[in-house]
Amino acid sequence: MADIITSPHISGHADHHDVDYLHDGKGLKSWLTTVDHKRIGIMYLWAILFMFFLGGVFAMMIRLELLTPKQTIMSAETYNKVFTLHGAIMVFLFIIPSVPAALANFVLPLMLGAKDVAFPKLNLFSWYIYMVGALIAITAMVTGGVDTGWTFYTPYSTTTDGSVALMTFAVFVLGFSSILTGVNFVATIHKLRAPGMGWFDMPLFCWGIYATALIQVLATPVLAITLLLLLMERTFGIGIFDPKLGGDPVLFQHFFWFYSHPAVYIMILPGMAIISEIIPTFSQKTIFGYRAIAFSSVAIALVSFIVWGHHMFTSGQSQLASAIFSFITFFVAVPSAIKTFNWIVTMYKGSVAFNAPMLYALSFLLLFGIGGLTGIFLGAVSVDIHLHDTYFVVAHFHYVMMGSTVIAFLGGLHYWWPKMFGRMYSESAARVACALVFIGFNATFLPQFVLGSRGMPRRYYNYLPEFQFLHQASTVGSWILGLGFLIMAGYLFASLRKKMDAPANPWHSRTLEWQTSSPPITHNFHEVPSVGGGPYDYYRPMGQGRND
Amino acid sequence: MSHSTHDVAEHRFRQHHFATAEQQLDTSKIGMWLFLATEILMFGGLFVGFGLMQGVYPEAWVAGHHHLDRVLGAVNTVFLLCSSFTMVMAVHYASTDEKSKTVLNLGLTLGFAFAFLVVKYFEYSHKFHDGLLPGRFFNLADIGGPPQQAMFFGFYFAMTGIHGFHVLIGIILITWIMIRANRGDFSSAYYTPVDLIGLYWHLVDLIWIYLFPLLYLVS
Repeated sequence: MADIITSPHISGHADHHDVDYLHDGKGLKSWLTTVDHKRIGIMYLWAILFMFFLGGVFAMMIRLELLTPKQTIMSAETYNKVFTLHGAIMVFLFIIPSVPAALANFVLPLMLGAKDVAFPKLNLFSWYIYMVGALIAITAMVTGGVDTGWTFYTPYSTTTDGSVALMTFAVFVLGFSSILTGVNFVATIHKLRAPGMGWFDMPLFCWGIYATALIQVLATPVLAITLLLLLMERTFGIGIFDPKLGGDPVLFQHFFWFYSHPAVYIMILPGMAIISEIIPTFSQKTIFGYRAIAFSSVAIALVSFIVWGHHMFTSGQSQLASAIFSFITFFVAVPSAIKTFNWIVTMYKGSVAFNAPMLYALSFLLLFGIGGLTGIFLGAVSVDIHLHDTYFVVAHFHYVMMGSTVIAFLGGLHYWWPKMFGRMYSESAARVACALVFIGFNATFLPQFVLGSRGMPRRYYNYLPEFQFLHQASTVGSWILGLGFLIMAGYLFASLRKKMDAPANPWHSRTLEWQTSSPPITHNFHEVPSVGGGPYDYYRPMGQGRND
Repeated sequence: MSHSTHDVAEHRFRQHHFATAEQQLDTSKIGMWLFLATEILMFGGLFVGFGLMQGVYPEAWVAGHHHLDRVLGAVNTVFLLCSSFTMVMAVHYASTDEKSKTVLNLGLTLGFAFAFLVVKYFEYSHKFHDGLLPGRFFNLADIGGPPQQAMFFGFYFAMTGIHGFHVLIGIILITWIMIRANRGDFSSAYYTPVDLIGLYWHLVDLIWIYLFPLLYLVS
């Protein structure tokens, strides 16, 4: 894949077309009206990082409140609002757009050798929709807040006070942003691959994003209609979800999880996609089982649509339905395990470099292993009856969403940071931060598995005295985690103040985004790249394709 | 149509990130079909909820549908079917460089769309007057019958309301391409917007084809 002719640096005689995308146009207006996928990706990045910060502050407040039983820093009512806002922000405003809208927006067209995404104006439009949704969500927070949990279960959500209607509307709006991003990426991958790049010549990141985009397109509309019905229920009392009026609250759960279970894979598939890039690059070795990894992404996307009932084992759905959902849930483990084993084998006999992105990838393997395997516990009906709604569930999905997706996102952020901003960050500081995040994360959430299996229910503001030690261990873990993020923010911002020093290809990768300058020029490549080999042809000397 | 006009049209409307006009057209079509898939899934959620609740409260559904005017519903079905035909003709004439016929057929499509909304307006105002409103606003005391008719009318207004909103969006889009067609933006070399908005309009029609029997012809 490496036979592209690009000038390594932007030299002094650069004309307009040679200017890097960060300097092609000055001022706020040039950003707010851009249709360049790279700039839109960066605008998404700052927006979601701000949301991550906000959701993180709420998380620290939750952990601080749980330092002691009964009231520590806030009332029970405030606690309900804080954990709801933590969940809603992290899910709808951070994780779902994190990798696709921010990172993939930047690198996907570069990886495909394209000049832009299929619909650049639609791309900018979806950013504006996201910002409007975020503003509505923030308005909902400051005008009454929401105490329903991020799942908005009826009939509580149709009867409680607060800004539930506004928050639901915000999520409805954010859904359109997600749908448009998905439509854009599917069309881009189908039609904008560089000449000579077949489906199996794409980097595996693109396969992961493709599977994600399909779910975004096919699942999100169902959430939209569910939230619309919820809004009607609140305003008109139409009774579809209200047992008092003859409706069925379990129907809401079916509708909600028909979206929100696939949405779990909107979160994890892009994380897996990043790992499939980092591991071969830092092992300098061809990925093992390319097609198996590619197809397992699509398999996960398909299976994701038929497992939603495993969130509802205790809802009163039929036992037969529970048994079937349980069985199909186990099936998700197969493609996930295929990926994991292929990543591990890729490292075998490779020349492994332990740079920060690779440290995150290795953390991912361990944490995803724990998160995935505890998911099997919860997928088994009899075990789930015991563990349902306990801290075991909280720990499980944090191992998947944070331990896997966020860790992979951070790996990707460190991996592509030099490409995005043209600057290297302090490697030693990055390793320290990664270690702190890893230790802090495990210190926070490992005790929660124990708490949950001993019967500590989730979403409770108070607890029995015998749970105090484990809760305190978890809270101390959250401080270590917070310190890791502080250090990370420090060295990343510090790197932005330096002059541009990143080489075009600091990690000696073979995929196309590294074959153009760092940061890339506005049109991405000086010439349309011609693709001669696979994206992971590390057995060939650098700069030689299949046809050389 | 001379070859050079083709090239001019291609040059004018091809965006820089596409290599050829054909690639741009294919990409636009993929995008539109994906969007239509999201529409079907969104209405699909409504259909599933409607069907489930019909299974639980069949008497309420039958009683509720007696309050709907199936003649007006049928008239509206005919309007939309005709509008789909004129839309097909508009796309056809756009592809054969017949500008005035394109504009005429788009105008007719607009006319049918407005007629649909006018009928819908009379239906709605009649329902409002009779107290046939969704949920807690349903006037059960005067109307009588099973109380779950309130839920039936919840679905009725949700489904026809969202569909009507799509008709409204369609009117805006068709007006936009009619202005562009009249300006001479389209030729056999480039008429993608007409093509794509045609697809959208057919979906709006198709959804009504399902809504009409589901709501008006229950028994």
